[in-house]
Order: sequence, then C-alpha cells, then structure tokens
Amino acid sequence: MSNVYELQSADVRFGRLQALTGVSLRIQAGESVALVGANGSGKSTLLRVLHGLVPPSAGRLHCDPQATQAMLFQRPFMLRTSARNNVALGLWLRGMRWAQAKTQALAALARVELAHRAQQSARTLSGGQQQRLALARAWALNPDVLLLDEPTASLDPHAKREVEQLMAEFAAGQDGRAVTVIFASHNLGQVKRLATRVIYLEQGRVLADLPVNDFFDSAKLQLASPAAQLFVKGELV
Amino acid sequence: MSTFSESAATALQLIVSLDSALLAIVGRSLAVSASACALACGAGLMLGAWLGVARFAGRDAILTLLNTLLAIPSVVVGLVVYLLLSRTGPLGYLGWLFNFQAMVLAQTLLVLPVATALTRQVIEDAENNHGEQLRSLGAGSLMRSLLLAWDERYALLTMLMASFGRAISEVGAVMIVGGNIDGFTRVMTTAIALETSKGDLPLALALGLILLGVVLLLNALIAIVRRWRERAEGGAMSLPAISGATL
Repeated sequence: MSNVYELQSADVRFGRLQALTGVSLRIQAGESVALVGANGSGKSTLLRVLHGLVPPSAGRLHCDPQATQAMLFQRPFMLRTSARNNVALGLWLRGMRWAQAKTQALAALARVELAHRAQQSARTLSGGQQQRLALARAWALNPDVLLLDEPTASLDPHAKREVEQLMAEFAAGQDGRAVTVIFASHNLGQVKRLATRVIYLEQGRVLADLPVNDFFDSAKLQLASPAAQLFVKGELV
Repeated sequence: MSTFSESAATALQLIVSLDSALLAIVGRSLAVSASACALACGAGLMLGAWLGVARFAGRDAILTLLNTLLAIPSVVVGLVVYLLLSRTGPLGYLGWLFNFQAMVLAQTLLVLPVATALTRQVIEDAENNHGEQLRSLGAGSLMRSLLLAWDERYALLTMLMASFGRAISEVGAVMIVGGNIDGFTRVMTTAIALETSKGDLPLALALGLILLGVVLLLNALIAIVRRWRERAEGGAMSLPAISGATL
C-alpha cells in the first residue's frame, strides 16, 4: 500500500509553546488511525499539520499529491444558510458549478439521513445533526483521507452512536475505494471499535504507535510505552 | 423650563403640520447621509473584510491608523474636504464646494473609518473562530473574507446603522463644506446650530426631535432584526444598539 502521509521529525511551535516535538510517522492508504492522549498532548495539532492547516516549524511532511482530504472539527462551522447550501459550498469551493453542487449535496445529505432537513437553516440543527451534516459535507467531497478532531466529544450517547456508525461506513470505503481515516479521540471504546492502529501522544511526542489489538494488550503496550499503559489504565478504570 | 415646554409644543406643531421648510431640511439630511453611508459602507465593507482576514507586514500600523481615524473630529474632515474642493485645491475643478456632493464626500470620509473598523472587527472575530474550517474546505483569503462577510451580514447591519448614525448626527463637516445655505445645503444639524444661535428654539427643537426620532427608529430596526434572526436561526445573537446622535 502507498503512503498517504510521511512525516519526518516534525516540530511545531506556537510562540513559546512546543506543541509537537520530533514526530515521525507514515500513514498508508486505507488505514484507520486513532490519535490518543491527554488534553494538550498534540493530537489536534498533528491533525492540523497533516491537513496542511499548520506548517511544521521544523521537519518535513510529504503528502500524496493525488490524495484529496477533508477534515471534521469538534464543533463544525455551518454558514448561516440551509443545510443543503452548506454541503454544496464545499463542492463549489473545489470548483464544481453551483447547480451541480446542490444536486450532489442532496445525495450526500440522504446518505447521512438528513435529506428531509435540506432546506432547514444549518444552525438550527442539533449538535449531532450538525456533525452528521459536516460528515455529509466531507462525504460529498469524495476524499481519500478523512481527518476528524474529536468528532463525538460534545455529543450525547445517541448522537455519538450515529456519528460513529457513519465514521465506520466512511472507513469502509466509497465506491469500492479505501478511505484513510485519522481521528483524535478520548474515547478508548470508540478507538477500539473504529481504529486499526493507535498512536499515543504525550507532550507533543509520539510514545506509542501500535496496531489496535497490541495497543489494548497490556503486556505489549507496557513493553512499547509504560506511559501509554498508564494512560490506558487511567482511562479504563 | 417654560421656554423649553413652549418650544417643545411649537416643535410638535411644526412636525404635525408637516411644515414644508422642515420637511425640506429633513429630506436633504436623509439624502446626504444615506448617500454618504451607502458609499462609505460599500468601501468599508470591502476594506474591513479584507483587513479582517489578510495578514501582511504593516497591518498593525494600518489598524492603528484606522482606529485613530475613528476619533477624527468632523470639523477636521470638513477642513480637509474644503481644501481639496476649494478653487485652488486639487479637486477644485469639480465645482462641488457648497454643494450636495461636497457634503456627501465629507460625510463619506467621516464614516469610512467607522464602517471599516467595525467590519474588520466582526470579520476578524469570525476568522479567528471559523477561518480554519473554511481554509479546510479550500477557501483562500479573499473567499474567506467574502464568505464571512456574508455570514455575518446581520452583525454588519449594525455597522450600517452605526455609520448612518455617525453621518446624520455630525455638524462640523457639512457646515464647512456645505455652507449651510438656506434651501440648498442646509441640513438638520446645521439648521439646529443656526436656529439656536438666532434664538428660534422651536424649529431647532423640532429638528432635534426628528434627529432623535431617526436614531430611535434605527435602534428599533436593530432590535427587530435581532429578534427576527433569533427566531429564524434558533441562536442568540449580540447586536449592540447604536449610540445616540453626537453633534
């Protein structure tokens, strides 16, 4: 499988704050990678670096130039217009004609079961519906890589399940094509259900990078990173 | 106090009887300020939206200058426009001095910093909160400034109204470049100043009441827009009321 991302010794600084230090990793097409770690560990920054929103202060990032990306944020921003227009906007910004974008937007909304809300103002939708709408916006772009920054953090359990279900469908691929999913999460149950690989960060450094089964195998995790083992224990107890 | 109550009664009589001299002055005031406001808000919206999103060397200096211009006295603007439009000035060939156009130009220059600064603040806040997500969707600086300006259109309505409030309530600039010529360039604020100095308090007070009424109407409009949007979009919005007229 080809590398979608290759990050070499990347540092990120925000003024005096060192957000990432010497991060190196490779992510291959079709992987479902979870980024875990405490608040401020660098998960969101790493996602932003991969998406090109934050340039590394040092090191090198190589992205597959053919791979299209979409990113979902914890609180998705919806313009003060209808749900349908919000989805169409993403397509229009990528060069599609507005009329065609609106047609495709409807199909994407149907996929997340929001077609009946197409004309409703996006900001009047619930948190869970807005996150599904953001997924529809990403879906419409037909990306090769989907990055998600704690997409279910502020949702109730029901909405969380719905979004997780959609993430799983996304990861399963579109039109027989594997989609690479990289998500930050505090929810280890979610990580277990959705990820094939887990990267543990602490204070901006990658301390563990394991297949999901190894990450949740205490002996293997202890061997890889005692700090990650402590984190998992703390989260699970 | 009795002078005030007598003047107020006469003022109300003038308003109710739709006095033609009064209506002419009010109409001219509204025309000058609305024209100036339209020009200043059009330019201020573009400039402010761009300044809210763009990051470049010297931006801080421009913002400091802009904020300084917010406090510029209207008489100074009037003086500058007078020098520009006077017979020997660089724009003297236009022949605008002591005309409607001169007053519009002066008020446009007076209001432009207000429109630009308010727009810049609204768009910069929106950019800080949501710009990253628009970048993620593929929007460049110009597109973000346009999208955010459109998205913040109800907040920017306040900018429009604050600009109009600033224009209609100023006296110094229109007095200098308009000349307060009866039936030609006399507007509400210059008429108030003149009639007060002449001792014709009822007309001055009537004009003052109308001026306050216009500002009251604008504030009411803001409140209606806010309630309407809150109902339509299900989220609270903070639209500050504009301040009263400052002469």
